Amino acid sequence: MSKCRIPLGPFHPLLEEAEFFDIKVEGEKVIDIEMETGWMHRGHEKISETKSFTQSIYLVERICGICSTSHPFAAAHAMEDINNVEIPERGQYIRIFIGEMERIHSHLLWLGLAGHFIGYDTLWMWTWKYREPVLQIFEKVSGNRNHYAMFRVGGVGRDFDNALIPEIHPVLDMLEKKMLMIAGAAEDDPVLRSRLKGVGVLTKEDAINYCANGPTARASGVDIDVRRDDGLEYDLINFDVIVLPNGDVYDKLVLRVLEIIESVKIARQCLDAFPKVGGEYLNKVKHISPGEGIGRYEAPRGEVFHYIRSDGSNRPLRHKVRAPSFSNIPTYKASCVGIPLADALITLASVDPCYCCTERSIRVIDKNNQRLQHNLLTMSRDKTAALKKTIAGNEKTPIDRVFED
Amino acid sequence: MGLYNKIIKKSIWVFHVSASPCNNCDIEILDLLTPGYDIERFGIKLVGSARHADVLLVTGVVSYKVAPRLKQLYEQAAKPLFVVGIGTCTTGGATFKTSYNKAGIPLEKVIPVNAYVPGCPPKPEAMIDGVVKLLGTLK
Repeated sequence: MSKCRIPLGPFHPLLEEAEFFDIKVEGEKVIDIEMETGWMHRGHEKISETKSFTQSIYLVERICGICSTSHPFAAAHAMEDINNVEIPERGQYIRIFIGEMERIHSHLLWLGLAGHFIGYDTLWMWTWKYREPVLQIFEKVSGNRNHYAMFRVGGVGRDFDNALIPEIHPVLDMLEKKMLMIAGAAEDDPVLRSRLKGVGVLTKEDAINYCANGPTARASGVDIDVRRDDGLEYDLINFDVIVLPNGDVYDKLVLRVLEIIESVKIARQCLDAFPKVGGEYLNKVKHISPGEGIGRYEAPRGEVFHYIRSDGSNRPLRHKVRAPSFSNIPTYKASCVGIPLADALITLASVDPCYCCTERSIRVIDKNNQRLQHNLLTMSRDKTAALKKTIAGNEKTPIDRVFED
Repeated sequence: MGLYNKIIKKSIWVFHVSASPCNNCDIEILDLLTPGYDIERFGIKLVGSARHADVLLVTGVVSYKVAPRLKQLYEQAAKPLFVVGIGTCTTGGATFKTSYNKAGIPLEKVIPVNAYVPGCPPKPEAMIDGVVKLLGTLK
């Protein structure tokens, strides 16, 4: 059988984001897959060092527009970890509510796109129709449809209006009803079953070896969920972690539908708590002391991890971000190899990859695509020397000591 | 151009280019197609290739890696072609103003632009308004 190479991207109808896949096929069968990242890199970690702690939260919100609560959630946890800040109970409930509503809208978004990728546009249109009321709730609660800007160190930046509760309950009821309908449809629908069942299987062993997390791992039988394992805010409420055994795309779809129903239950518990829990929603933090802290949160795609080091000034000294897709994307090597090309595309989409979240580092190469021989430190020194020459000429200044080393 | 303008107003095919955005404008663009807004009733349709498109919707701060590809896409597309920059990233850079990996703030540094729709993200109504205003300039 003849082998050939199929390039996919960076701009391709399948991909919402610019990404490049190099798929090697033998006949119909995929024998190897390579990917190239770096198209979406914007340098958040470096920009964060130039912003204050509060501004950093709004900056990390813009790492990804789909999970735009998860990053501030983890960053706020990391900053609170440095100072051991107590969060008021009402603030905790508002955080959970925003986080769970986001999970609902993100999973609905994925369901729709998954339908689109298998050529089943009806599913896309239906799920996005149910997603629209969720965005309208966000607009009422926070003032914006997507970037909510709710998070602060020590709580949330804006209170939840209790008058909205009667408007939100019908939407949650509708979502639960429709999700049960979709779960039933996935069971009966011959299109979904024949297209997804047994496709792109990621075994439990592979999921553990590749450090998969979030729904990708849970659909393969790995019982992992930061919300339950870390506790923090989520100790206030009762919820189940859904784990399915098979690891194929069908299980990933069903898992996300069931998670939406679980999130609806969590959101209901928050709505019930809001009238009872009054008072403060923000514990104002004036100063973040020197030290380092980590924060984790279960984003819709998996575990978000933030590391922040503070030197006592109003800016982070170092801000490290690790997004869930970073460890989920390499599972392609296990799940895509050996299956037909037509199934590989939905398998690529099945981990709900978010490349905007993932691309946090950059490799510097020269014109011939080779790694640069000299490092960034020497490049920086050269630039400083050139600047010095334009400003001070050949005059001796204290900075010359650096170049004499 | 008279006949062309008359026809294009009735059926606009758009291609969506994500040039290192945060995905937010992108999902709002997709949201336009779904039953909530349903812009297909105006004859606006999302197509899979820039070669079929009348309008390019560009989102994001254009990174150095994506800039040559964006130029390539612009050159591939059939002319006349309109370019709309979606989101504050394409106009002033939003929070990425101080980023080291930005080639296109504003977007016209990379490709010619006909209209901007600022906002982080712009509401779907604003995007429809932007495209309609752009078409209003056609005689």
